[in-house]
Amino acid sequence: MTPKATILTADEVRRALTRIAHEIIERNKGAENLALIGVHTRGIPLARRLAEKLSSLEGVDVPTGMLDITLYRDDLSEVAQQPIIRETQVPFDLRDRRVILVDDVLYTGRTVRAALDALIDLGRPAGIQLAVLVDRGHRELPIRADYVGKNLPTAASEVVKVKLQETDDVDSVELWDMEALR
Amino acid sequence: MGARPPHLLDFQDWTPERLGAILDNADTMLQVLDRPVKKVPALQGLTVCNAFFENSTRTRTSFELAARRMSADVLTFAAGASSVSKGESLRDTLEVLTSYKVDAYIVRHHAAGAAHLVARYSGKPVINAGDGRRAHPTQALLDAYTIRQEYGSLEGKKVAILGDVRHSRVARSNAELLPKLGAQVVLCGPTTLLPPGLAQMPGVTLTTDPREAVRGAHAVMALRLQRERMSGGFLGSLQEYADTYQVNDTLLKEAESGAIVLHPGPMNRDLEISSDAADGPQSRILKQVENGQAIRMSVLYHLLVGRN
Repeated sequence: MTPKATILTADEVRRALTRIAHEIIERNKGAENLALIGVHTRGIPLARRLAEKLSSLEGVDVPTGMLDITLYRDDLSEVAQQPIIRETQVPFDLRDRRVILVDDVLYTGRTVRAALDALIDLGRPAGIQLAVLVDRGHRELPIRADYVGKNLPTAASEVVKVKLQETDDVDSVELWDMEALR
Repeated sequence: MGARPPHLLDFQDWTPERLGAILDNADTMLQVLDRPVKKVPALQGLTVCNAFFENSTRTRTSFELAARRMSADVLTFAAGASSVSKGESLRDTLEVLTSYKVDAYIVRHHAAGAAHLVARYSGKPVINAGDGRRAHPTQALLDAYTIRQEYGSLEGKKVAILGDVRHSRVARSNAELLPKLGAQVVLCGPTTLLPPGLAQMPGVTLTTDPREAVRGAHAVMALRLQRERMSGGFLGSLQEYADTYQVNDTLLKEAESGAIVLHPGPMNRDLEISSDAADGPQSRILKQVENGQAIRMSVLYHLLVGRN
């Protein structure tokens, strides 16, 4: 089976993240008092990579955390299988920090809504921004990303697969037909 | 992992993998209890009925808090203050509760099998919060969790349970659960309080010798001596019982160094357990209470989420 299209190669993923890191610095006038929190699963390595880039560009160590949104999903009574709860780890105080929530794909916006609820229950950050590698559209909630690696208009019948070294041994973004994956 | 059992009445239909998942998710629930906002919306919109036909404070409040921490609405039903005291049957009571659109039942009853009856008629998930002398599965789960927290795993661990085994649903549930998770259970008490049939359970041995029971144990659990049930000539005297079976520092010397001390509560201090053992550095009795809430949150999550 092959994807319909390769949207981002490894180099393009790297460049997209570098650009996002620059945008974060520009918008926040540096990297002081920032924190990066990745949403399970692929948001976590993306947050770590962005932290490394911020560190090399600004010489500031930006703390990173991981967030599981399972207990905050709004479809828990409907999901066919019992969802797996994974670890949430935010080992720093959120107060007075601007938190950048990081995820791989922005789609309906429901994951981000759940992540916002989960984050606010952990503390009261000074602000929350959203960074995603791919925005594929089809929003069901009034949510938009502050930093986007690639805007990708898609059909609902398509699937965007983000692969990362840390989880998939390769960096790429692919577009698949849902039918081909069944 | 096997099919998800619809109820938690005992551990018969539960695979070690599913039980392990409950313990794993309790870690997350403990994290929730440590946060500024000790609540998650996972069970929002669901109503859990705390149906207690027998007096209980700590189990009832633990379940009630667990359900609230998961954002469920809680309907608390205490038999003493209900029509049951006027002669209404359990089934009629259930029909009334069902009309309130309850989504799950937590049942405590003095009769063994009552939770099964509720499961049969309610059509909703039921959690057994103690039925007669038969089972108290969430207590056993929190005991298992407390031991696992200490040692990382139950595999190969020896757990000594001492006292009034005959009347103890806690002992029975632990004897059913802990061997499923790889531990070895030794039940110990005077002959009159030690039903020989329990020796047929896999991974369970019986002894009347407390030193033998505790020797090499990683966890030592004292059971509450149910004084209200001691009128049948089960014991010579309470003092004689305490002299032989009390969990105290002398007896604990037989156990593994650093073995933990457990008690399901409420305690008869200086009867089945000495104050030194109950309050000492090896005691995990308060930890059990804290863990109880996390375990019950996890059980509610496992039974209710994705059920529709």
